Amino acid sequence: MAQKVLVLIGTKKGTFILESDAQRRAFELRGPYCETWPINHVVGDEKTGTIYAGGGNEWFGPAVWKSEDLGATWSHSSAGLAYGEGETPIKAVWSLNASYGRLLAGVEPAGLFVSADGGASFAPLPGLRDHPSRSDWNPGGAGLILHSLVTAPGDPNKIWVGISAAGVFHSADGGITWEPRNRGTRADFMPEGQTLPEVGQCVHCVVLAPGSGERLYQQNHCGMYRSDDGGRNWHSIEKGLPSSFGFPAAVHPRDPDRLYLIPLNGDSTGRFMPDAKAAVWATADGGATWSDKREGLPQRNAFFNVLRQALATDTLEPAGVYFGTGSGSIYASVDAGETWREAARHLPTISSVETLVVEA
Amino acid sequence: MPVHVRLPAHLVALFPGAPRRLDIEAASVGEMMAALDALWPGMRDRLCDSTPAIRRHINVFVGGRRANLATPLHDGTDVHVLTAISGG
Repeated sequence: MAQKVLVLIGTKKGTFILESDAQRRAFELRGPYCETWPINHVVGDEKTGTIYAGGGNEWFGPAVWKSEDLGATWSHSSAGLAYGEGETPIKAVWSLNASYGRLLAGVEPAGLFVSADGGASFAPLPGLRDHPSRSDWNPGGAGLILHSLVTAPGDPNKIWVGISAAGVFHSADGGITWEPRNRGTRADFMPEGQTLPEVGQCVHCVVLAPGSGERLYQQNHCGMYRSDDGGRNWHSIEKGLPSSFGFPAAVHPRDPDRLYLIPLNGDSTGRFMPDAKAAVWATADGGATWSDKREGLPQRNAFFNVLRQALATDTLEPAGVYFGTGSGSIYASVDAGETWREAARHLPTISSVETLVVEA
Repeated sequence: MPVHVRLPAHLVALFPGAPRRLDIEAASVGEMMAALDALWPGMRDRLCDSTPAIRRHINVFVGGRRANLATPLHDGTDVHVLTAISGG
């Protein structure tokens, strides 16, 4: 059966979709959708083809948008997507995960909700927000956001979340109870002697590798890490990279040792491409060694960043890799990251990139 | 007699079929929000947060004065729901 790929793009001014056949020689751009709301994350449900977009509008608050026709028409809801009276209201939806027939939604201020009716209504999973460490959670530059929402194949009860700046938390019971999983990750912004806390790390992105369901990678404000035990212990993999700072991470769809990162020049030096030359850094050995992939990427005056949810792979063969910049460009590789080309430009600031492969 | 409500274009764009102007029976701004939500489920969430309060960048004017959810409404009152200058 012929397939096509949709690159789902969340921007500060709406959702956009790039579409191509499986060869991915040319991409067609559609959008903006979602009434040009700021959209933080757009995901596709592989089982149903439904697309969900989460965001928040300064006038109208948070909502999850939904399209059942690959983006042609959209509806929206925030029913139940609220904290109790007197609490700081939810500002925006930051992350979505459609799996196991449910939709998980991470929000700002950090908390987790679940929808069992395809995004029509939401119910809180209060165990995360009720975690005793919550008083030690502090907002990062984008706010106290739950931006990474990871589930594992084979077990719907396993969920990992990443919160800036609280760290990684894991639930083994479908989100009822949670434990921090930050051992080995640094919080260099804390005083000397307190840089390895149980919580409070500024995680930027968490991804699960294919295979065991236990290998995770993490781009942190303070380093890049791998875990082979579901996040119980993290090990630095930043040796050989141009900095320890970056936002997104994406893993190859079939090879758990192949990871893609986009290190920036540092947290206090502009947060753009090192030496203003764009590169995706790839490892084929789980982070032991790295190589920079530059062919087709701008090698002068590249003063852009790539945000925490704006790097993704597709499931085609060879794997496609895509990233979106703060300056509104989408770069695409259809050879697993070896070479690149600009697939779209002049979009609003890009917050997120995900992919959905469907029947053509 | 009802109150006369005017809604912002950006809001009605989110609710197919919703008009820019309508008449509603309501004795307070809060009751007006409930009535709007009954007509177009979800509209209150777009205009009010969970505090509960009118959203920060939404302005409701009653008789020319800025209102809150407790502001009483009298028959024939003009209620203007406006989006504030916001964003970038």
